Amino acid sequence: MAFNGHQRDEESSDDDDDETPTKQPRSMKEMPGCFRNDPSNETATPGGSATPDRRTSNSTARHRMDSLKKSRPPFPWFGMDIGGTLVKLVYFEPKDITAEEEQEEVENLKSIRRYLTSNTAYGKTGIRDVHLELQDLTLCGRTGNLHFIRFPTHDLPAFLQMGRNKHFSSLHTTLCATGGGAYKFESDFRTMADLQLHKLDELDCLIRGVLYIDSVVSSGPSECYYFENPTDPERCVQRPYTLENPYPLLLVNIGSGVSILAVYSENNYKRVTGTSLGGGTFLGLCCLLTGCSTFEEALEMASQGESTRVDKLVRDIYGGDYERFGLPGWAVASSFGNMMSKEKRESVSKEDLARATLVTITNNIGSITRMCALNENIERVVFVGNFLRVNTLSMKLLAYAMDYWSKGQLKALFLRHEGYFGAVGALLELLNPS
Amino acid sequence: MAECDRVVGSSHSMDKSITLPPDEIFRNLENAKRFAIDIGGSLTKLAYYSTVQHKVAKVRSFDHAAKVSIQEAASDKLYEISVQEEITARLHFIKFENAYIETCLDFIKDHLVNTETKVIKATGGGAHKFKDLIEKKLGLKVDKEDEMTCLIKGCNFVLRNIPHEAFVYAKHADSEFRFQNTHPDIFPYLLVNIGSGVSIVKVESEDKFERIGGSSIGGGTFWGLGALLTKTKRFDELLQLASKGQHTSVDMLVKDIYGGSYGSLGLTGDLIASSFGKSATADKEFSKEDMAKSLLHMISNDIGQLACLYAKLHNLSRVYFGGFFIRGHPVTMHTITYSINFFTKGEVQALFLRHEGYLGAIGAFLKGAEEDNPNQYSWGENYAGSSGLMSVSPDLNPMQRARSGTFPFDMLEMDRLERQLVNLPLLQDPSSYIPDTVDLTEDALAREYWLYCFEDALDGVVKRAVASQPDIPEATERAEKFRQKYRHKLQTLRHQPFAYGSLTVRSLLDTREHCLNEFNFPDPYSKIKQRENDMALKYYQKAVKSLEELSWEERQFALVRGVLAGNVFDWGAKAVSDVLESDPEFGFEEAKRQLEERPWLVDAYDQWIQRLKGPPHKCALFFVDNSGMDIILGVMPFVRELLCRGTEVVLASNSGPALNDVTNGELQILTEKIAAMDPVIQAGLKEDRLTLVQSGSSSPCLDLSRLDKVLAMVVRERQTDLVIIEGMGRAIHTNYYAMLSCESLKMAVIKNSWLADRLGGKLFSVVFKYEVPPGKPIPDPAALTPS
Repeated sequence: MAFNGHQRDEESSDDDDDETPTKQPRSMKEMPGCFRNDPSNETATPGGSATPDRRTSNSTARHRMDSLKKSRPPFPWFGMDIGGTLVKLVYFEPKDITAEEEQEEVENLKSIRRYLTSNTAYGKTGIRDVHLELQDLTLCGRTGNLHFIRFPTHDLPAFLQMGRNKHFSSLHTTLCATGGGAYKFESDFRTMADLQLHKLDELDCLIRGVLYIDSVVSSGPSECYYFENPTDPERCVQRPYTLENPYPLLLVNIGSGVSILAVYSENNYKRVTGTSLGGGTFLGLCCLLTGCSTFEEALEMASQGESTRVDKLVRDIYGGDYERFGLPGWAVASSFGNMMSKEKRESVSKEDLARATLVTITNNIGSITRMCALNENIERVVFVGNFLRVNTLSMKLLAYAMDYWSKGQLKALFLRHEGYFGAVGALLELLNPS
Repeated sequence: MAECDRVVGSSHSMDKSITLPPDEIFRNLENAKRFAIDIGGSLTKLAYYSTVQHKVAKVRSFDHAAKVSIQEAASDKLYEISVQEEITARLHFIKFENAYIETCLDFIKDHLVNTETKVIKATGGGAHKFKDLIEKKLGLKVDKEDEMTCLIKGCNFVLRNIPHEAFVYAKHADSEFRFQNTHPDIFPYLLVNIGSGVSIVKVESEDKFERIGGSSIGGGTFWGLGALLTKTKRFDELLQLASKGQHTSVDMLVKDIYGGSYGSLGLTGDLIASSFGKSATADKEFSKEDMAKSLLHMISNDIGQLACLYAKLHNLSRVYFGGFFIRGHPVTMHTITYSINFFTKGEVQALFLRHEGYLGAIGAFLKGAEEDNPNQYSWGENYAGSSGLMSVSPDLNPMQRARSGTFPFDMLEMDRLERQLVNLPLLQDPSSYIPDTVDLTEDALAREYWLYCFEDALDGVVKRAVASQPDIPEATERAEKFRQKYRHKLQTLRHQPFAYGSLTVRSLLDTREHCLNEFNFPDPYSKIKQRENDMALKYYQKAVKSLEELSWEERQFALVRGVLAGNVFDWGAKAVSDVLESDPEFGFEEAKRQLEERPWLVDAYDQWIQRLKGPPHKCALFFVDNSGMDIILGVMPFVRELLCRGTEVVLASNSGPALNDVTNGELQILTEKIAAMDPVIQAGLKEDRLTLVQSGSSSPCLDLSRLDKVLAMVVRERQTDLVIIEGMGRAIHTNYYAMLSCESLKMAVIKNSWLADRLGGKLFSVVFKYEVPPGKPIPDPAALTPS
């Protein structure tokens, strides 16, 4: 691990490069105590090795290699997105570790790598989405696997505790984090785990992440997909979609809340609007209405329920279509409208209520999205965010709503790594600071 | 969704024990025809057209009068006054709870005399439910009309005909209601109807509207989801819960995620990031109030956001909100307003309507009355017969009110006006024109004073009303009823200054006129006006002669002083009516002596005289004020001078009586009389250079946005370039700040010490305001002098 722990001091080491190696002890001194006490500590090496490299090298290839190495941060490489409900973590596991590296690798780092890659569940609530793992990925000249891990934001303290136990701070990696939690918990990272966060804007990260993942996924299931025949449940099938020449596109991120972005290029985007009726609302209302406590539970219930017992449909009012305004009888006239009646309140099941909540929230996101697409004059909509995780119901509803109400003008697209783009963007920021 | 307020409400128990007060509700039922009914989830709105028989005072010239000389006719009255019966059309709208439908239908059946009516137009979600009952009780065929069409028709009608119909709601402002001027062109607009679902309708013209969108998250979602979450059944109880809750314990805010604000996006920490985001847990209890509040925010914000997106897409800036979710509830008006402000950054204002609850009924009625062409007339809200905007407090739910034994109903009455009313074409910006100088809804001190002032003057008005009908014994009784009615209105206005739109001196005066008319005191001042006109006419020739003896400069000043002195005679001002009543000989010369010496309180006389040295105006429009000295010895000589200068004159006077203001009928006769004595006036009339028009109003004040269409036409044809407005009611209480696109002269004597004080003057201070619109320089007299 030639680069371990050094790049932390990037700025000063750059200045120090031209100085004599006598400066090295000083930089050693600056290292936090536990790091210095580490037996496999090679702190003196990086500064020393980098300096002569740069001085002696003349060939441009070598130069490029050097600069790549130089700009390459030390392992471990993490990207983190701390949202209102979930923490999303992406971890790059290098698979091209040389024997020499293996030898030099500090124990802490090794243990973290093993812990993350050999498990698929962490603690009570941490989960690695194995099916999303991207293998043989080349990042900054290194090849390895990208892992996708998530855990609830309220378990962040446990995560920090683990980081402390595993002496994570001794690795002196830069922890790039985005999402609101990067700001909210910044001091907790410092005080509880002795970690300094590099905070990043969540929308910048989101877009970077989306564009990157879409560009690197070439084998296996297509990253981007859509539903063919969305208005015909019998023939509605998932199909791969090639998102080349993606601009302009509307990016709808459905997390706890919803953000809608109009993206014109990687660096040119704006947040059009957002809504507070998002995944958090679905789960929050479901918990109150049904007593469930997890997203999975809520979704499971929803899949078994019937929303038409809860919602009042156009046909419930007009006996059929409301032709004057081209409203089909099956359209929802009033979400939860039937619940104004005591008798009907008593006759619905929890599953019905969960389903109605899901349909209400999903359709509403669809409506707002459609209006934004019209206002921004954009025809392609990409839906991301963890609300869509294992939530085919909502995806099909969105696909249907986009297609039906726009008379086929709008296309709803989805991405397999739905909730992880912010975290990926954070990781990319670590590797290629913009 | 399109349906207005079809809601699954409480069971409709038919309460027959209540006796309806026939004098107060379903008025003029005898002549009623063309019924329409709008039955919503909890309220029924009934509409009908009827005719009202009114006593009106008419003046008629004696046939011989024009022929004989003034000396011969001296002992005779100038003209005769006769009280005639006149039939005017009125629209009645009554709103009551569905529980009373049967009682009300019985009542209507028992009192309905007119049998021409065969059909009743019906709309609203509950219409089919009560169809059989209505058909059975009234023997009328129920004819269903599309709800949305009715709603839009009703909306167009109130926006066009009721000033201060629309308002902006500002919870924390000094006055919660900010009423909007009647926009000359009401189209296009967006109507967001929040019933159980939401319909968003773009209205482009009287007949062209389109449902451009909607949402299923509406009032039904608030009610249904709210009932599930809080086990509270009633809509207004849910609102009440919501008004007491704290949403921050249930909602996930930006600061809950960020620890503070999300600076780079400008999202403040208190913003809701995820509605109900904190309730995603199984092990925490939330209070009903907090959940209701969170739900209210969620729904209001969502509707607001969609409304803004649609407004933006269709480039519309006027967005009206209605439906049972809104219906006067301060809580929802506030949350919707907040949402609209947030999403449009203040570019779009959420507008609400005073008569929102009546739109469906009005529209259904109009559908049935198409052959009468109600839209070709102008209509006016009758303040005497309308309940005004009720303060709908969720604390007072209908059940409680019913238990208190009173029959709760709300009424709107609209009179068909004889004339079609339009804007004065000379308004600089019709859309920003506000007739009234002081908004008493906002100015608490002024409100207090004027309410007191009108209450104080009530005895005198009652006395005068009785005196005006000496031969009718029951006049005293009617006058008493008038007193009660008007006093009650004043009391209502004390508590709800916004009940009929912005409270102004004008609305207080107009309400008094409406109440007088209601009790058949059409013109309490007719005889006084007659006497004063008679008296003043005798001095006309003498006055003109003495003016002609003056030099040009002296004469101009004397003419202005004449108008001002004439204006001192005013029964509308208490300080003056006291003097007039105690000393009828209070003379014109005496009045001149009372006038303030120059410099006046507002004094643009120098500019005026400078202007007069220039070329004559093409045509002057003169809004006249009082009878007697004012019109005959003040205004007419002034008019005469204008005619002599080569300026055409259009004299605009009230269509109907108000205080001692000269009416068009009276002015016709007076002008003829004067013409008989004065060749200048005679020639003016003959050559059509002096024209009399009616203003279309029966108010002591003047609303330049509601004037007779003929007046507007004449003004345009004559290329009017000078508007003269005279008197306290027309030039100070109203139009003091009115901006015109031509030169204007506003002349008045302040005959109220409180107002004088406010304006920094004293009693009988003079306002002489001469204004030239920016960009139109006063013609330079020097430039016209040949060098």
